[in-house]
Amino acid sequence: MTIHEPPIDRGVPADPAAASATVTVRIDGQDVTVPQGATLLDACRANDQPQPTLCYIETLTPVNACRVCVVEVEGSRPLVPSCSRQAEDGMVVATDSDRVRHSRRMVLEFLGSSVDLSLADGEVADWFAQYGADPTRYGPPMPPGDGRDHRHAGHHHAPGPDAGAETVEQPVKVDNDLYVRDYSKCILCYKCVEACGEDAQNTFAISVAGRGFDARISTEFDAALTDSACVYCGNCIEVCPTDALMFRSEYELRQAEVWDEPQQEVTTTVCSFCGVGCNLELHTQDDRIVKVTSPKDHSVTYGNLCIKGRFGYDYVQELSDDLATTPIDEVLRAARTPDPDDGRS
Amino acid sequence: MDLRFSDAQPTEAERDVILACVPDVETVEVPGRVVRSGHAARSQRHLLLPALAAVQAQIGYVSEGSLMEICRRLMVPPADAYGVATFYALIRTEPHPPRVAHLCEDVGCAPFGGDELIAAVTDRLGPPGTGTDGATWAPSPCLGQCDRAPAAYLQLAGQDDQVMVGADAADADHLVDALRSGAGSDPDLSFPQQGQDGLELLARVGVVDPTSLDSHHSHGGGVALRRALELGPDGVRAEVGAANLRGRGGAAFPAAVKWNAVAAAPASTKYVICNADESEPGTFKDRLLLEGDPYRLLEAMTIAGYATGAEHGYLYVRGEYPVATRRLEHAIAACRAAGLLGGDVAGAGFAFDVELRRGQGAYICGEETALMESIEGHRGEPRNKPPFPTDAGLFGAPTLINNVETLFDVTDIVADGGAAFAATGTPDSTGGRLFCVAGAVHRPGVYEVAFGTTLAELLELAGGVDGELGAILLGGAAGSFVTADHLDVPLTFEGTRERGLALGSGVVMPFDAATDLGRIVTRIAAFFRDETCGQCVPCRVGVVRQEEALARYLGNGRDPVELELLADIDQAMTDASICGLGQTAASAVRSAIRQELV
Ligand SMILES: Cc1cc2nc3c(=O)[nH]c(=O)nc-3n(C[C@H](O)[C@H](O)[C@H](O)COP(=O)(O)O)c2cc1C
Ligand code: SF4
Ligand code: SF4
Ligand code: SF4
Ligand code: FES
Ligand code: FES
Repeated sequence: MTIHEPPIDRGVPADPAAASATVTVRIDGQDVTVPQGATLLDACRANDQPQPTLCYIETLTPVNACRVCVVEVEGSRPLVPSCSRQAEDGMVVATDSDRVRHSRRMVLEFLGSSVDLSLADGEVADWFAQYGADPTRYGPPMPPGDGRDHRHAGHHHAPGPDAGAETVEQPVKVDNDLYVRDYSKCILCYKCVEACGEDAQNTFAISVAGRGFDARISTEFDAALTDSACVYCGNCIEVCPTDALMFRSEYELRQAEVWDEPQQEVTTTVCSFCGVGCNLELHTQDDRIVKVTSPKDHSVTYGNLCIKGRFGYDYVQELSDDLATTPIDEVLRAARTPDPDDGRS
Repeated sequence: MDLRFSDAQPTEAERDVILACVPDVETVEVPGRVVRSGHAARSQRHLLLPALAAVQAQIGYVSEGSLMEICRRLMVPPADAYGVATFYALIRTEPHPPRVAHLCEDVGCAPFGGDELIAAVTDRLGPPGTGTDGATWAPSPCLGQCDRAPAAYLQLAGQDDQVMVGADAADADHLVDALRSGAGSDPDLSFPQQGQDGLELLARVGVVDPTSLDSHHSHGGGVALRRALELGPDGVRAEVGAANLRGRGGAAFPAAVKWNAVAAAPASTKYVICNADESEPGTFKDRLLLEGDPYRLLEAMTIAGYATGAEHGYLYVRGEYPVATRRLEHAIAACRAAGLLGGDVAGAGFAFDVELRRGQGAYICGEETALMESIEGHRGEPRNKPPFPTDAGLFGAPTLINNVETLFDVTDIVADGGAAFAATGTPDSTGGRLFCVAGAVHRPGVYEVAFGTTLAELLELAGGVDGELGAILLGGAAGSFVTADHLDVPLTFEGTRERGLALGSGVVMPFDAATDLGRIVTRIAAFFRDETCGQCVPCRVGVVRQEEALARYLGNGRDPVELELLADIDQAMTDASICGLGQTAASAVRSAIRQELV
């Protein structure tokens, strides 16, 4: 069962007079009329012309950082990000010019050559094909440098004549039972930071630290999540477009090569912990819950949950020693941090 | 807001530093959490960078205990504050030797004795970050002292920072002594045209006592402000318009358009910012003005506030300019005491005050919106435009931001009239201009000339090129290389634009024919790799790919495959980056390759 809610339109101003006003823009030769306050992306979508986006998500304030959504606007020398630029009456927009295609291809190549996109949202691979992006032309990935979490802003070691492509590869952070952070997959889209901060969770456990290519998502002083402000709402996992943030269960099952997405079922239900009425999507494999999401168009959650709804499902599938029946249980039990109070190890 | 802080506590010394710059606010603490500290604390977010900088300046690094204490007081989430602290090259978040010699490794120093100085200091102190008895060194981008290369900036915890200029390898012992003792002295304020007639911008530099308000007044100070009060705000802006003044910070934007927009903005709170973050490699003109004539700048800012209806001014000065900082601090205090800044400026019934902010080692913070983010206590990441600062700038309010030199022109324009100003130069490039001439020239320094002077004439003024001319870096790292073919270019906005060039921040840096331009171009690529904020993909990754492709191109027999890559990277950075850094990061590399200089 899926509940259909009206789409979220954060871009439209609350002023009723303004809300009824419209603007008309010309996109690839076609006039498109949208409410005042709509973005160029809204206008493209209204005209059935979806654009690639990576750092944009309906539920968060646009940071316009990835630049994969850029379009050409007549009169503007640089290309403009369609996800954040408001449509203005009379704007003439090209979404498929040579310049647009070039920048989109390069953004994809830049990311593809520096970040592990193997688990990125499905459309990303399509965009690589659509724009002819070839991340291999920057040479083989260079061996990961160490200490990405402690790099100081400014001076770095310059590459030599045998340089390949520097990447953001680094070890996976597995520091708690609930989710892992694999920043080798991080495209620095800022979504998790926004979801943890003002736009949703108001916990502010993570931020962007460092500068330039060494910028990274971090807690204060790179503290383990268990020592940070994190409350394990998992809202950052929900918005991450590349699966850099992942349920511990999914991570362990993937490591053990037991993860089998096609075989999984998704059941929508309402969280039973409190009376708010959050919708949960329980992803199950072999009758075991392997992760929990919430629909981002649901009017109560916008995709957000709390630790109970997100991770508090163990009580329905207690992994006690005696009940172990599936390979999934084996994997998940082995991965659990031993409970110091309970004699077993 | 319910924030969580770790138990880490500052030392007594750290706490004292923090208390001195963040006033006490009411907090209610329960173990591990500050539950309420209210709006009063959060609205002080803009004190975050000054507080971090103060701890860095006194202690030598920002410990977890210091950061937590600052966060508790300002109600800033620790992860957020850590993100801010780690953005800046002058702030350390891990234990570090407290005395650091930042040695310039940039284009104007390295080939002119800088390499040898770095080697000699490395002999004495070891590699960067190590060193004995708390003294070490760090490689630095251009320090704004290129006319006195090689340059060093001494960051001394617990003591006043210092600069050392013209320090070649033979001075390494002296430099290390000064680093250990903190007993160096401020370099003098000389420039080649000193004492010449006909100077406007530099007229008082070296003449007026930069530490004396009386001296300011006895050398014509205050005339412009009195004239401004006679003209009224509209009249002042009309003169700036008549002068056809264009910004000297790099973008050459007409000043009056910004002044009028801020004046017309229907907001009760507005800001004036002076951009004194001068960090474009090869640029040192603003430093001379700041060190030599700080009161004139404050007078110009006051006029800008009066003409736009802004009561608050911010002066954002580069962190590596300790001498300018001390003089400005002193001048601001003297102006406040004399009633020239404050609630009733000069008894004329309007309010204006100036707050000084020190940058902490980030070229990108010279970009106007990054600078505003930095003042607000955030990472110096540029904003997407629109909205422009005149509509929504500092703290979201209409904001006028101008370069130091632009503001220096304002006092002349107001005192003598816009028409008189516009009589110099060309119709599109009015007035005079400061050029930063360094590198392979006989008399490096800041030169004031009328717009329209050609490149050849300017070099002649500087005593000519040392040796046979190879190429000239024009406009800074974000500019282009030119050759002897360009010596006839008139140095005007339109004259350079016609030849596909830009004056930028006024950098003119010749290299002789024997200099390996490959290393100069390589250094420029590295500069952008070091200084990109990292926010947008085209620039964050583009500058890395550019540097790699360039290294392969130069090191592996000029493979044309690399040229194709460089051209593709160039176009994406230029087209799709958020700000001017990414949009110009390929400019110098491109010009060197197109002219086959490398
Ligand atoms: C990367 C970057 C660095 C900049 N650095 C400076 C600077 O150090 N000083 C400055 O005045 N303008 C700098 N600018 C230009 C400013 O953004 C802005 O245009 C200028 O301060 C406006 O003043 P003006 O109109 O008086 O020139 C920089 C721009 C970019 C893109
Ligand atoms: S799980 Fe929630 S609290 Fe923790 S980092 Fe993610 S969004 Fe922030
Ligand atoms: S971890 Fe994911 S959501 Fe966060 S910045 Fe990286 S890619 Fe974006
Ligand atoms: S262009 Fe570069 S410096 Fe400017 S916002 Fe993008 S990453 Fe930052
Ligand atoms: S989706 Fe628009 S910039 Fe990222
Ligand atoms: S001070 Fe060294 S290049 Fe400018």
